[in-house]
Amino acid sequence: MKILVAVKRVIDYNVQIRVKEDNTGVVTDNVKMSTNPPDDNAIEEAVKIKEAGKATEVVAVSIGEEKAQETVRKALAVGADRGILVKTDSVVEPLSVSKLLQKIVEKEKPDLVFMGKQAIDDDCNQTGQMLSALLNWPQATFASKIEIKDGKLEVTREIDEGLETIEINVPAIVTCDLRLNEPRYASLPNIMKAKKKPIEQLNASDLGVDISPRIEQIKVEEPPKRKAGIKVASVSELVQKLKNEAKVI
Amino acid sequence: MSVLLIAEHNNKELKPFTLNAATAASQIDNDVHAVIIGHECEDTAKALSKLEFVKKVIQVEAAHYENFVAENFAPVIVKLADNYSHIISSANTFGKNLMPRIAAALDTSQISDITKVIAPDTFLRPIYAGNAFATVKSKDVKKCITIRPTSFDPCESSGGSASIEKAEASEEFSKTKFIKREEVKSDRPELGTARVVVSGGRGMQSGDNFKLITSLADKLNAAIGASRAAVDAGYISNDHQVGQTGKVVVPDLYIAVGISGAIQHLAGMKESKVIVAINKDGEAPIFSVADYGLEADLFEAVPQFLEELNKLNTIQK
Repeated sequence: MKILVAVKRVIDYNVQIRVKEDNTGVVTDNVKMSTNPPDDNAIEEAVKIKEAGKATEVVAVSIGEEKAQETVRKALAVGADRGILVKTDSVVEPLSVSKLLQKIVEKEKPDLVFMGKQAIDDDCNQTGQMLSALLNWPQATFASKIEIKDGKLEVTREIDEGLETIEINVPAIVTCDLRLNEPRYASLPNIMKAKKKPIEQLNASDLGVDISPRIEQIKVEEPPKRKAGIKVASVSELVQKLKNEAKVI
Repeated sequence: MSVLLIAEHNNKELKPFTLNAATAASQIDNDVHAVIIGHECEDTAKALSKLEFVKKVIQVEAAHYENFVAENFAPVIVKLADNYSHIISSANTFGKNLMPRIAAALDTSQISDITKVIAPDTFLRPIYAGNAFATVKSKDVKKCITIRPTSFDPCESSGGSASIEKAEASEEFSKTKFIKREEVKSDRPELGTARVVVSGGRGMQSGDNFKLITSLADKLNAAIGASRAAVDAGYISNDHQVGQTGKVVVPDLYIAVGISGAIQHLAGMKESKVIVAINKDGEAPIFSVADYGLEADLFEAVPQFLEELNKLNTIQK
């Protein structure tokens, strides 16, 4: 079984986001970039499946500018066998990403495609579902547990009401929740070894897909600020404030 | 131009956020039609027809719609889509799972989790865990939109008298099988719609200690929330998680106990009307959004809080 894992390079989750003064976006210059956190879970799960002898190859793919190569390289350092970078400098919406991934799937013919359930930059939560629609494959979104059972997957999904379990036939798409596993850190020897693993570079424009944006971003603004609160000295003061000032109890 | 609203329900009744989505739909266009896809959901279709703003209900029934599998639902909507300019649902796990599958089939770039309708093609939505807001304009002919339910008021659940039309079911998607759902049943108010939410974080130290949160929630008739750290540590189940990848809540009163306030958690609660933080670390980021901060050991403060609330009730009586 072959697993393709899609990884996205995003602003690190610990960075305090700043909106550009001209309201065209957020500041990305000199800002730490990392792998989208649930994509780390997707890679980890694929590598674990391979280590358990249930997969033969793990391929990491990223779409973005040249520097997204670092994100692919990190996936290689934690156990992916080889990488693919689809290069583009333009904004790619989830619909375009899923069309590009569809091309990669047609070429690589994986049995499973894993990715994070949501990217923490645009917070869209679309790409996995869109890719499964384009391929007409089953989708298991928001996965917190995956079991492989004779060519099928049993996936536990985190839903608003609690947990749901579904069984899907392979080939399939799984989007991963942060609770799926504990991603490992890359060891120094593995980081060195990853430098020798191959990364195939493709240009998005060569894949025959129209990726021009359908959504115009008119402006990006700071969220409304909350007015500063106060510290109370005791529980009784807190209760008095909630009752007499805020009038919420 | 008409808007197609996808109703969320459990066959027996409508999910409350369908009412918020109906309001959002009505802000795009007056002609709101609602589709209900399910199994033995006759009464729920009737309830849907009574909603303010809903002009027509389309009911699609089959046994394979019983468990809301997106692979079964999407083709139904795609078939109906010709007659509509917009398709809309809530951005909760139901809508998040379903809408992109529809959008891709219609070759539309979806707009997720909108908090405001600016014009029928222009919307406001949070990005970067709500640390920025983007105004976006769709150039697609057909628009697929999910709405953040807490940003729209629920519509009236009575007064409407829409006609109910039945539409044909699509074939079953055989490669996905529903196995089971483990719902956490509770008599408490639902987290997404509760007036008061009491949340616990890593500072609770154990699942057992969460009973402090439970007692406080009982006293205030509140829903129980949690930070991701608390859910990851196994103190409480995932359906309680508030934050960027959990639920977004906007209660009148949000009480954060032993929660440091990572930006991912703030994303899910910082629009609350009044925020209280109880934390022993005076530097914790949660205090930056709290209206009332109490720097104290929660294991002393919460029992005192309960005591004070009890006193208050005695006075009121």
